[in-house]
Amino acid sequence: MMALAHQLQRRAATLSRPARRACVSVCAKVSKKEGEPRVIRGKCYVTKDNIDTDQIIPAEYLTLVPSKPDEYEKLGSYALIGLPDDLYPTRYVKEGQMKTEYPIIIGGQNFGCGSSREHAPVALGAAGAKVCVSESYARIFFRNCIATGELYPCETSVRLCDELQTGSEVTVDMDNNILTDHSTGKTYSLQSIGEAGPVIDAGGIFEYARNQGMIKTA
Amino acid sequence: MALQATMHAPCTASRVARRAMKVSAAAAAPSARTPSATGAVKRAMTMTEKILANRSGNTSVQPGDNIWTRVDKLLTHDVCGPGTFGIFQKEFGPNAKVWDNERVVLIPDHYIFTNDARANRNVDILREMAQKYNIKYFYDITDRSDFRANPDYKGVCHVALAQEGHCKPGEVLFGTDSHTCNAGAFGQFATGVGNTDAGFILGTGKLLIKVPPTMRFVMEGEMPEYLLAKDLILQVIGEISVAGATYKAMEFSGSAIEGMNMDERMTICNMVVEAGGKNGVIAPDQTTFDYVRARTQEAFEPVYSDPDASYVADYRWDVSKLEPLVAAPHSPDNRKTARECSDVKIDRVYIGSCTGGKTEDFLSAAKLFYRAKRQVKVPTFLVPATQKVWADVYTMPVPGCDGKTAAEIFEEAGCTTPAAPSCAACLGGPRDTFARMNEPEVCVSTTNRNFPGRMGHKEGQVYLASPFTAAASALKGFVCDPREYM
Repeated sequence: MMALAHQLQRRAATLSRPARRACVSVCAKVSKKEGEPRVIRGKCYVTKDNIDTDQIIPAEYLTLVPSKPDEYEKLGSYALIGLPDDLYPTRYVKEGQMKTEYPIIIGGQNFGCGSSREHAPVALGAAGAKVCVSESYARIFFRNCIATGELYPCETSVRLCDELQTGSEVTVDMDNNILTDHSTGKTYSLQSIGEAGPVIDAGGIFEYARNQGMIKTA
Repeated sequence: MALQATMHAPCTASRVARRAMKVSAAAAAPSARTPSATGAVKRAMTMTEKILANRSGNTSVQPGDNIWTRVDKLLTHDVCGPGTFGIFQKEFGPNAKVWDNERVVLIPDHYIFTNDARANRNVDILREMAQKYNIKYFYDITDRSDFRANPDYKGVCHVALAQEGHCKPGEVLFGTDSHTCNAGAFGQFATGVGNTDAGFILGTGKLLIKVPPTMRFVMEGEMPEYLLAKDLILQVIGEISVAGATYKAMEFSGSAIEGMNMDERMTICNMVVEAGGKNGVIAPDQTTFDYVRARTQEAFEPVYSDPDASYVADYRWDVSKLEPLVAAPHSPDNRKTARECSDVKIDRVYIGSCTGGKTEDFLSAAKLFYRAKRQVKVPTFLVPATQKVWADVYTMPVPGCDGKTAAEIFEEAGCTTPAAPSCAACLGGPRDTFARMNEPEVCVSTTNRNFPGRMGHKEGQVYLASPFTAAASALKGFVCDPREYM
């Protein structure tokens, strides 16, 4: 529990584990096994600054209750559907599909601003997003990503949203804090995910607390 | 350490008359004396720090500390309540009880007057939860065809919370809604969280949070007759941007704030989240005590910032020099004067929400309509936030308007009939929501956010404004500075 809040200060020791290429199949909730590298490779989807929760999951879909499995899946199909069509001609989730082709989301500043709705990180995770790499996050969204374990909210001081293109294959290596753009070969520095990492690995705050023996199983 | 003051000269290109003096306050030098043998040394703290110190059992806290705080009240509504209880049941077990059935407040308000089956089901789920866990405060609605037929139903959660006496100085409130910060107007720590954090609170009555540093905003001078609290908060958000207060507390003070009633103070704290702020606070005073005591006899303990407390930023405005503002599409920090948007033709006006649908907001709009003695040029939708506000609109004589009620004035001006109290179109909602923007139109609204698609249609354009500016714009058919009708 202390670990979670410590990450909120966004300073943590760098983890060092051997990096191995790994392709992650797109499925809901991260739930990484202990010992596996925290590395995600796949196509990236690029967004800009101030992507607010109404763009991530418009309010009309909030009647879906995330704790109900079938409605959880449906939420995923609507992830990022609020993005304006003229700026984002490529949809995050193709029409008629339930899952995305893009496990990696790139953002600018203040990603996730607006509402406290947990439906926002949940919709992204349910769609198959694994990690978001942005310059900065809004407070409640950041906290919700960790509490739900749906998405690693990775930070970077590089303006990746101006460098990368939607559809490019990238690798996000959170063990060595490097993002590689396979279309150009360029690498970029990431900030360490720190203590938030293990919480999201476990699948969220409650799972983490149970694994650590902080709370008894229900 | 010396204080460094940087005077920012008003931007010559801008005609917005602002005098913002930005002061960077350095932390006080550490005390030279050795700690007392009897206990910890107390440091000067802001209100926010004091409240969190008190509720976490610490003599003193400082920004950056991770603390476990006790929770005085947890608020949830129809959109997030079912998910919150779902998590609570999954994590704490089907036989677990909530930590305190008198400290949970369930307020259906978001998607109420709709035929959407799932939305209606969510209110039913709240009812099940209220019954199962013996929740004392559940403001139920069963007859959607007539809101007045439901004696318990209130309406918009943040306004109802205040009106029902749940907001008290010195307390800690969490809600599954970003505008929970609204309650900071009462001198308490109030902020929004997601379902998982709320589920955790339901089981334990506590939450792990980080103490935020405080930014101070001082509003001095006498409010001009054309200016309202909404103009002040739009001024602030435009100044520091939508991420200017991320992870920080925003403390508002000064003679202009002290002169405001609780409705106006709530408008300011309500939009703290639009600047990324964690919470907003206003020091409680007689105005606060009178309001609270009229609604609850429960004890409370007000706290105040120490005179030598540290702030990470200081802003100061002379309100007499400010002008009516709007936040233009598509961001709450896209600040312009109403005046410079006078060429923007509009299609509709919306007066409602926790931000701009309180009694004071309707009184203000009514006053302007009364003075103008004209009819609106565009559909003007009115949504009182709660049953009580609705009743005020229909029964309270508007000051200085010959004994007329706001409802009478609105009818004479040609506005739509005040609708059933709820969040309605502030956030779009299900397709059949009252006043939802289903076509790409231009709207002046007293609500809180204007990101793309906020009120429904992705290409809709929303100008955020005060009730005065909204009313003036309705009369003109264009974005309009209220001084044109005063």
